[in-house]
Amino acid sequence: MAAPRGYDGVVLAVPVTVPYARFSTRPAQWWVGRALAALAKESGLSHTAFDGLSMASFSLAPDSAIGLTQHFGLSPRFLDFLPLGGVAGIVGLRRAARAVQAGDADVVAMIAADTNAPQSFRQSLEHFSRFSQDAVYPYGAGGPNVSFALIAAAYMAHTGLTRADIGRLAVAQRSNGLRNPATLMKKPLSLDDYLTARAIAPPIHLFDCVMPCAGAEAFLVMREDTARAQGLAFVRLTAAIERHNGFPDDAVMLRGGWQRDIGTLWAMASCAPGDVDMVQTYDDYPVISAMQFADLGFCTPQDLPDFLRSHDFTVTGDLPHNTSGGQLSLGQAGCAGGHLGLVESIRQLLGTAGDRQVSGARRALVSGFGMINFDRGLGSGAAVLEAT
Amino acid sequence: MRAKKNPLHPVRRPLLPPGQRSRAAHLLTAAAGEGRFALPCCTACGRFAWPMPEACPACLGDIALATASQGARVLSATTAEVPADAYFRERAPWRVGLVQMDCGPQALVHLSPGADTGDSVWLSLKLDRAGSAVLHAGREGEDMTTDPQWRDMVADPRDRRVLITDARHIAALPLARALAKAGAAAIYAGLPDQWKPLDTRAALESVPGLSLVPLDVTSDRSVADLAAQIGGKVEILVNTADLPRPGGLMGPSATADARAAMDTVAFGLLRLARGFGPAMAGRGADGTLGAVAWVNVLSVFAHAAPPALAGYSAAHAAALAFSHALRADLGQGGVRLLTVFAGPTDDPWFQTFPQPKVTGKALADGIVAALLNGQEQAVVGDLARDLMERLRENPKAVEREFAQGRM
Amino acid sequence: MILDALTAAMATGKVRVVDLTQTLTEDFPTIVLPPEFAQSAPVRIERLSHYDAAGPAWYWNNLSFGEHTGTHFDAPAHWFTGRDRARGTVDTLPPEHMIAPAVVIDCSAACATDDDHLLTRPALEAWEATHGRIPAGVWVLMRSDWSQRKGAAYANLRADGAHTPGPDAEAMRWLVHDRGILGFGSETIGTDAGQGGDFAPPYPAHHYLHGAGRYGLQCLTNLHLLPPTGAVLFAAPLKVHEGSGSPLRVVALIPGKDTP
Repeated sequence: MAAPRGYDGVVLAVPVTVPYARFSTRPAQWWVGRALAALAKESGLSHTAFDGLSMASFSLAPDSAIGLTQHFGLSPRFLDFLPLGGVAGIVGLRRAARAVQAGDADVVAMIAADTNAPQSFRQSLEHFSRFSQDAVYPYGAGGPNVSFALIAAAYMAHTGLTRADIGRLAVAQRSNGLRNPATLMKKPLSLDDYLTARAIAPPIHLFDCVMPCAGAEAFLVMREDTARAQGLAFVRLTAAIERHNGFPDDAVMLRGGWQRDIGTLWAMASCAPGDVDMVQTYDDYPVISAMQFADLGFCTPQDLPDFLRSHDFTVTGDLPHNTSGGQLSLGQAGCAGGHLGLVESIRQLLGTAGDRQVSGARRALVSGFGMINFDRGLGSGAAVLEAT
Repeated sequence: MRAKKNPLHPVRRPLLPPGQRSRAAHLLTAAAGEGRFALPCCTACGRFAWPMPEACPACLGDIALATASQGARVLSATTAEVPADAYFRERAPWRVGLVQMDCGPQALVHLSPGADTGDSVWLSLKLDRAGSAVLHAGREGEDMTTDPQWRDMVADPRDRRVLITDARHIAALPLARALAKAGAAAIYAGLPDQWKPLDTRAALESVPGLSLVPLDVTSDRSVADLAAQIGGKVEILVNTADLPRPGGLMGPSATADARAAMDTVAFGLLRLARGFGPAMAGRGADGTLGAVAWVNVLSVFAHAAPPALAGYSAAHAAALAFSHALRADLGQGGVRLLTVFAGPTDDPWFQTFPQPKVTGKALADGIVAALLNGQEQAVVGDLARDLMERLRENPKAVEREFAQGRM
Repeated sequence: MILDALTAAMATGKVRVVDLTQTLTEDFPTIVLPPEFAQSAPVRIERLSHYDAAGPAWYWNNLSFGEHTGTHFDAPAHWFTGRDRARGTVDTLPPEHMIAPAVVIDCSAACATDDDHLLTRPALEAWEATHGRIPAGVWVLMRSDWSQRKGAAYANLRADGAHTPGPDAEAMRWLVHDRGILGFGSETIGTDAGQGGDFAPPYPAHHYLHGAGRYGLQCLTNLHLLPPTGAVLFAAPLKVHEGSGSPLRVVALIPGKDTP
């Protein structure tokens, strides 16, 4: 496998979050419109100047990305549609980065938006995938809780992780989230709260689960010279990987596809796990966050219990993790959950994260994970961002 | 013992588990309905695959069902306490497992209460209440009959009330006995032409829980009257009404005989469906002992007509056609339609047919076994099984064999 | 004037009307033949609409039955002996035969104790000794009170066939050939006794009546309300094309209370 070319000259700018709502009567298109408007306002560019659009959503039907160009008056020369859930952000970033690097586009608007009505979560589940339809929903496993319970149980047995270990991540995230005015979950969470929560599908309990909501995350990808010409603050992309169905022969998911590509990731980034100032994992279930720490090279799976016990994951700790509060605090706005870590990292590296700012943050690791198609999450991706 | 329902509580409306499947996955539905265990398998490399793919993930060869080992090991287990789906929510907690099948792939399964992570289990392919195929895993030899998840996928007569529509049928008495042995709470045996003697009356009346009720499926009024009386109680209906009258198209009373057979077998089914169908479909989730199955006992000659049974075969073919519509209607309430295809029965009407013929007891046992197994099709009798196989393999040859008088 | 007098007598109760018909129902027993023979269709009443979506303002049924169901009429063509009789089917039946006097032979006491009771020529001659000679052209009705039985007791089927009363062969031969009666009526399912197939000739009522172009009525009821003599029977079968018989309404005119 050839080593990939670097992402020299590719930058990310203008982090945008359209404030989440538990339920929305507005369609996903409305949330896309708000995100575009925010990108235009924050960048000082007309939205018609965005000559690339990378769209991630589950709830645009009957539209795909191309319909949005007419809907919002765009004339892009680069168009991408990524209904890939939690891995859409990283995947979209890799493609957009290459497009701007090669000159196929100058400014790519990266938007993830989904709406949520009381019935829409179930409706989107029903049309999620062929394998789920045939071999998951009929078992009472609609919604990912049961599938993740089966993975979590196996992973905990494999690694020796306890609920209390995993709970440390959830508790730290909520502590971070309480510093973020945008979160939907406003109550503090103690480890005891976590441990005594209602069982959903053991070992998954209530505070392992994210709350579906409506919202949008967005940012711009461009070349450094474009950003400088516009006077936009930016961060650099130094490395990115993606892998889908990474270990098809594993009987049960005890690792994600990251393991196949972390050598590439850290080589591109010219650094090691210990060199990052924060980690943003895809936290639709904290046990999967734990798996990401192991798969991205922070420790071995068997060392995870010690690893989790020996670090402070709050924004003031030694390894700040999911500094926004993550989806566990903000809610899961569909595909936007995969963009959340990128947008939060841009803010942190630009020094605009407010009360939750990690002091001296220079380098962030962002991980994406998505698509329980049948028995495992298929998509894995990661990126390293650096402040200028 | 069947507990009585509090009349102040409303009847729970039937909800169904997610029934939507890919087209290919309904190959599994057919296997489950017939009580076969078969899984998707590559016709090129022989590897099994799960879930049902459109091409082999190993070599991209074509996929067909193949008989597979039923052994598996539980990789992981959980109990869905708060399932997202309404059907499972009202039945929670619901056990789900991830298993490693001995034949290769992994699968999510409905897991028996006795099985847990690391256990060796035995898989079966079942139809769920939506009528689609699912995998169930239990320890080998585990008594599943008290597992509510299992019970929701089969049609166990235990503590249920059963209507046998024609007490004069050769299988009626052994069926009543088999149902009583299987724990049926009540057995109603329909008696047409009450004014005609019934040779088996004393024997039937000695079956525990049995009562003879007037029922003539050729009469709108008779069916409606009985439905008004017990329609809300019948949880399993076994339609045994039949009128075997051998005779070819050129026979002296072919039209009258065929009409009478149609009236009994086909229109009789239609009348029963109109009389009993709505109440049964509405009671598919009435407690844990709601309506569960409708059994049509049909002749295997519904599939192919020997010239000497022209009208009779036509009537059974018509009933088979009706039963497809009835399956859809009953399915709305999660009530299963089981078609039992019998070979020529051991009675005077098939006197000249070659042995082996189907005894009433064999037919009765076949019906009860198919109910306990949750099937929607069963074939009883060597001749019937042979005929089904010959039809699958070469239907035109069967037509010619029948024309030459060969069964 | 006679008709005026009749209607006046009916209005004042001097002449009364008695319905001799069983209600046509789906579960009324019909003749049972060995099952290898073609079988009569049963009576079936299927609702078409009842002021409902199938017909908002009207109620009606589809009716189907064999010619020999319920209270019914046997025409000469019904039996092989009558196959060549002129006007032997119900559509050609002379209308004047539809209204005729009737005499009633009361066999109810004997039938109460003997299901297979046979009406014999000596019994008929004894009846004549009391009530006078049976005139030509009358209906002879055999009262058995069998119509008061229901269901299985009415059909009274046993392993060797039906056991119901009826006339023996000589009685029928004598009534048809020596008395010239118009027809013979019974309360049972047939004009013949249940075991009449074993008589010589088999089914003598059918044999002699229809062979002579005469008629049968069966499944009658209310014969106990008729006088031994003096009743007039109205028996008009449906005008079925080449029909061998039909269910029908049978009524009798009888003298009222104050009539001598």
